[in-house]
Amino acid sequence: MNAQKENFLLAVEGLTVSFDGFKAVDDLSFYLDPKEIRVIIGPNGAGKTTVLDLICGKTRATAGSIRFGGKELTKMKEHQIVHAGVGRKFQNPSVFEDLTVFENLEVSYSQGHTVMGALAFKRDAAVVEAVESIAETIFLSDQLNEPAGLLSHGQKQWLEIGMLLIQKPDLLMLDEPVAGMSVAERKKTAELLRVITRDHTVLVIEHDMQFVGDIADRVTVMHQGKVLSEGSIEHVKQDPKVIEVYLGH
Amino acid sequence: MKTNSPLQWLTSREGIYYLLLALLLVVVLPLLLDPFRLNMVGKYLTYAFAAIGLVMCWGKAGILSLGQGVFFGLGGYCMAMFLKLEASTPEATKNQSTPGIPDFMDWNQITELPGFWQPFHSFSFTLIAVIAVPVLLAFIIGVAMFKRRVGGVYFAIITQAIAAILTILIIGQQGLTGGVNGITDLQTLMGWNIRTDMAKTTLYFVCVGLLFLCLLVARHVQNAKLGRILVAMRDQENRVRFSGYDVASFKVFVFCLAAGLAGIGGALFTLQVGFMSPSFVGIVPSIEMVVFCALGGRYSLLGGVYGALLVNAAKSGFSESFPELWPYAMGALFIGVVLAFPNGLAGLYERYIMPLEKRLPVIGKYLDKDKPAPQAPPVVSDQLSAEKP
Amino acid sequence: MFADYSSTELMSIFAMQGFAGLSLFSVFVLMAMGLAIIFGQMGVINMAHGEFMILGAYTTYLTSQFFQNLMPELFAASFFFAMVLAFLVSGALGAFVEWAMVRHLYRRPLDTLLATWGLSLILQQAYRSIFGAREVGVDLPDWMMGAFNVTDFVQLPINGLFVMVIALSIALAVYLLMYRSGWGKKVRAVVQNRPMAEAVGINTAGVDRATFALGCGIAGVAGSAFTMIGSTGPSSGQAYIVDTFLVVVFGGAQSLVGTIISAFGISQAQSTMEFFLSGSMAKVLTLLVVVGILMLRPEGLMALKVRR
Repeated sequence: MNAQKENFLLAVEGLTVSFDGFKAVDDLSFYLDPKEIRVIIGPNGAGKTTVLDLICGKTRATAGSIRFGGKELTKMKEHQIVHAGVGRKFQNPSVFEDLTVFENLEVSYSQGHTVMGALAFKRDAAVVEAVESIAETIFLSDQLNEPAGLLSHGQKQWLEIGMLLIQKPDLLMLDEPVAGMSVAERKKTAELLRVITRDHTVLVIEHDMQFVGDIADRVTVMHQGKVLSEGSIEHVKQDPKVIEVYLGH
Repeated sequence: MKTNSPLQWLTSREGIYYLLLALLLVVVLPLLLDPFRLNMVGKYLTYAFAAIGLVMCWGKAGILSLGQGVFFGLGGYCMAMFLKLEASTPEATKNQSTPGIPDFMDWNQITELPGFWQPFHSFSFTLIAVIAVPVLLAFIIGVAMFKRRVGGVYFAIITQAIAAILTILIIGQQGLTGGVNGITDLQTLMGWNIRTDMAKTTLYFVCVGLLFLCLLVARHVQNAKLGRILVAMRDQENRVRFSGYDVASFKVFVFCLAAGLAGIGGALFTLQVGFMSPSFVGIVPSIEMVVFCALGGRYSLLGGVYGALLVNAAKSGFSESFPELWPYAMGALFIGVVLAFPNGLAGLYERYIMPLEKRLPVIGKYLDKDKPAPQAPPVVSDQLSAEKP
Repeated sequence: MFADYSSTELMSIFAMQGFAGLSLFSVFVLMAMGLAIIFGQMGVINMAHGEFMILGAYTTYLTSQFFQNLMPELFAASFFFAMVLAFLVSGALGAFVEWAMVRHLYRRPLDTLLATWGLSLILQQAYRSIFGAREVGVDLPDWMMGAFNVTDFVQLPINGLFVMVIALSIALAVYLLMYRSGWGKKVRAVVQNRPMAEAVGINTAGVDRATFALGCGIAGVAGSAFTMIGSTGPSSGQAYIVDTFLVVVFGGAQSLVGTIISAFGISQAQSTMEFFLSGSMAKVLTLLVVVGILMLRPEGLMALKVRR
């Protein structure tokens, strides 16, 4: 078992967190292969976002382990987890509205992360090139010098995804990336995700079953903090337990 | 950011603003004012150091410290201790029961110079201490609070409590600190009489020089990636954290920077005014420093300088003619700045004066080419909604 | 510092200082209850809270002057009348301030702090202009004079006891109002989720105004009670504001029980230490300990764990 475990990029085992006795995540285990696209679905309050919070260190686990590429994440600080290669996008777009798109991406660039490093940081050709190439991927080449506060909701979502990409993470975690988007923006986002998924491992929370079917390798269904079902999209769609608590409604 | 040589920078819009301030402080005011008034301007400028620190700490990074008077005072007391020891030679104090110690110690039946005063015989130690003591205290407070994610109003209240504690401590320990009167009767700096008009004018220019040095340091920090991270932190602390930054260490840094700047200001205050007392340390002076920064424009370094100059000049003007009206004016200033123009004078300038510049002949066109991106975002909310621990 | 005293002496000292501390405890509880509503429930930093309290104190002063001069036969009961009046006057000013100032600043707590500080400067100067810089005292009616003798040297002054009773009744009333009444539920709903509260039909602007006015009104009653144990000057309120904020934060901003426990702890620590150290050092030590504990436990004594 142990030798096998090392093949997973992310191994979550027995993960539990309780808030004053209420177990938001309860003895949860799942495993992610490298380059896998995994989607977590489940009714509201199932603990999906809390799982992402636990992996990226925003919330501390009460029990259990999260092993990522051989490192135990539950003991690490948030910025160390980022440096280990985990990127996290929040449900509501959180970009730096007072900074330009260029500066948003530059802040996320994987250099100058210490106080002294940030003082000495120089905007050299490599930085500009990295920022411009990401901007093209996220359809924002023309907005590079605009304050991020002026972008549309969808553009902010893309920018935040771009800010993750420029960190070059091994694991990308996206919390409802198409929520609140127009149909056109949804299409473009699906396109963007397809590009990203070529060379990243991705963990997505999503409600849109059409979208899930489009991108997922495997689906994990959560309910009341536990795994209800896991497998391909067809498998979970036919699972009677899933139909009862989630899809049936 | 884009400019490479200092000359290019000086002819840019921002450079011109700095040149105008230099012109005002180095040429205009010394020509217009007599040494007494110039010395008062010098005193106001020492508050500008604290205001610049607050622009970095509060305006840029969103951390409101209500304890800047503590750091200002510590810098001032370090300098005052050195000057007091120099003034308390055994010859000058031969009428005391213990000659060679400061007079207030003798009055309080202290017979030996306390240990923590000893190193202040050395001028170089004093110069280091003026910055190091405030920075060290800020570091301890900052590490303790920011590592535990205390921010926003909690940080403000606790720094205010620290200002209260230090004031009570200084007043209570009369024998060690000079108590409520402070450390007075400071005469000479390394044998140089600092009470003559000539010395006061010289000190004024030293103060202006150091102010510009500090402005440039602050500007460097603001324009480095670090400056953008501070702004980013104010808006979306979590996003910065999950972009791989140890947010607390950046907050500690900017808080220490603000403390160091206030310390320098305090030392210059002591030199120019000739004494230091707890009335420059406590809650009221600390919150007044915030209003200098708020009036000038909390996002603007130069705004902080103008804020300190204007509020203090107004305060002197009022207190000379209508002392009972000053608290009303000060109170109205607090409320007005916050409610009506939260970006202060710098914000008003950007909004109303800048559009008019275009109409100026020749120079208007020149300035227009170099229009900066607006510096001050609208103040809609503090970043601390998520901060309540 | 204990070495010079015998154990019985120590016991008596602690008892005596403990009773002295109870008077400080009453003041803390009185001030903290208004703040617990405004700061703890609404999240607004009201630096002028002390001035609202002093407004109540001056109202009481004027009321008692009125009774003394015009209706001396009713003077014994004037305090009860004054307390109601103090509540109304401070509450009315609170409602006005909320309308003119605070409501524009709900999303900017740090700016509220600055604006209310400005308000406190203005109010202090106004008191100075109207009532003079000297402190004024209120004459106590006869029934409030004197003391209970508990043991030979432990005496409990009646006015101190009365103030403590008022403090605890206000605390109880605030508790019932905030946690046991429908209105309290509305206040908490607005604080926790403003858009949602609006959506279910709560008049959030009205609730805000009423809550702020209530907090200020309670400060007024506190000021009224304050006149029974001390005299009133233009800046008497300022003297307690930092301590009171520490009391509320230390107790855990959202917990009324925490506020009372912390008021008790801080006042007792201070008055006990005052016997052994100078007054200022006792205060320095108390504040240092509180600030130190807050650095280690920023959420205060009593805190809820919330899923965020």
